[in-house]
Amino acid sequence: MRPVRIVEKSQLMTATEIDRTVQRLAHEIVEKSGGTANLALIGVRRRGVPLANRIAQAMRGIDGVDVPVGTLDITLYRDDLSKVAAQPILQSSEIPFTVDDKDLVLVDDVLYTGRTIRAAMNGLFDLGRPKRVRLCVLIERGHRELPIEATFIGRSVQTSDAEIIEVRLNEIDREERVLLVERVS
Amino acid sequence: MSYRFAHMLGIEPLSAEEIVFLLDQSKPFQEIQRHPLKKLATLRGKTVALAFFEPSTRTRISFATAASRLGADQMNLQAESSSLKKGESLLDTVRTLDAMKPDCIVIRHSSSGAPDFVARHLPLPVINAGDGTHEHPTQALLDALTIRDRRGTLENLNITILGDILHSRVARSNIHLLTKFGCRFTLCGPAMWLPRELECLGPAGTSIRRVTRIAEALEGADVVLTLRVQQERLHEPALPIDEYILQYQLTPERLRLARPDALVLHPGPMVRGLEIDPAVADGPQSCVLEQVTNGLAVRMALLFLMTGSGADAPPEKDFSHAAD
Repeated sequence: MRPVRIVEKSQLMTATEIDRTVQRLAHEIVEKSGGTANLALIGVRRRGVPLANRIAQAMRGIDGVDVPVGTLDITLYRDDLSKVAAQPILQSSEIPFTVDDKDLVLVDDVLYTGRTIRAAMNGLFDLGRPKRVRLCVLIERGHRELPIEATFIGRSVQTSDAEIIEVRLNEIDREERVLLVERVS
Repeated sequence: MSYRFAHMLGIEPLSAEEIVFLLDQSKPFQEIQRHPLKKLATLRGKTVALAFFEPSTRTRISFATAASRLGADQMNLQAESSSLKKGESLLDTVRTLDAMKPDCIVIRHSSSGAPDFVARHLPLPVINAGDGTHEHPTQALLDALTIRDRRGTLENLNITILGDILHSRVARSNIHLLTKFGCRFTLCGPAMWLPRELECLGPAGTSIRRVTRIAEALEGADVVLTLRVQQERLHEPALPIDEYILQYQLTPERLRLARPDALVLHPGPMVRGLEIDPAVADGPQSCVLEQVTNGLAVRMALLFLMTGSGADAPPEKDFSHAAD
């Protein structure tokens, strides 16, 4: 097997743009939800978690209310577990509130095939029966394999299948930008 | 860092890092025991063969529940109803099970080494659910998870084991596990149950002492592991049951000799009034029921790691401990 090279093609977002987008997404969610009552955010591990926390913080500035934030690990719900060579490391989901009758917004960095979100929804429904579930992503890039769409989108990007979107966040990556890279073999 | 396990035959060959990994991977499964809906579909379509050649209730139910909660099906073989009674050999029995295409086999056997033997002859993952006086790895893992949850660490603790250590695979697996983290052991019971070779367990430099006086054994203990005393063994070189109770029962007065926050563990089945006083069994230091719940988490983690992720993927780096 030939080694795969990853080539950086372009920068899609700077740190400032990420911040502005998060602020806008927070406003949109509050607006379309008619306030923050009953609202809760669920960050999908890994990069959905800092994004959810940032959106919650932005909402505090808008509404002065603390929106509960939970964390969801989808490993046990993946549909490709037995096929992945690299052993995924399980992490805990931390959802310190009941999801029953909640107005939930799932938060993830990139919406691609839709399979992660399918897994996340299965995980959520094991915890109870939310009133509504919507999806918020920083980047939407097409190539869906399931009938899943986001309600709140930071930015839509046209991509080819060989391209990869890398969202790098300070909390995890110690840098802050969104890149479009390509796999070259 | 993640590890793969081809089999789980014993604690002895594992590294401290592998043990920490297994305990960490058990955490998400502890949480699932608190969910309103405890059933996952992660191992849907997989089959776990439970081959219990020795009677077992709690370990078998724990493995069966763990498999069910992961969505796996089970094949059940129990000693009482097995064809072993009709003279079939161990190898023929497990080959028959294997021919029904399970994805993993869990074995309990009265002969030490039976799971290793099966692992050498069958092409599928084998989990040791207790073999003779050799090992009971999942019990030691669930004990370690319980201790780590309560104490926040496994490092450098004083562990006292009370009872029939000679015949106890639980004691051996616990010694193998906790000595990898620098724990010191005091083994206590009638002298006939404290053979000298127990002092040789664990890595070089391990402190294992044998003590026949319970007061001496409990002093300064962080964890007291009380073993079941099999009454059928109490007649051996004649130790009457009353005498055992008098000398070795874990009572509230004796437990006060240990550290004030000492934990009391028991692998079950527990006989109140024999090896343990009911006030200790039900007291705030007792972890007995947590152990049972943690047993599910540890077994789910093992089944997940051994039959779930990557099971159909090409092997890459192999950290496993093969049977031979």
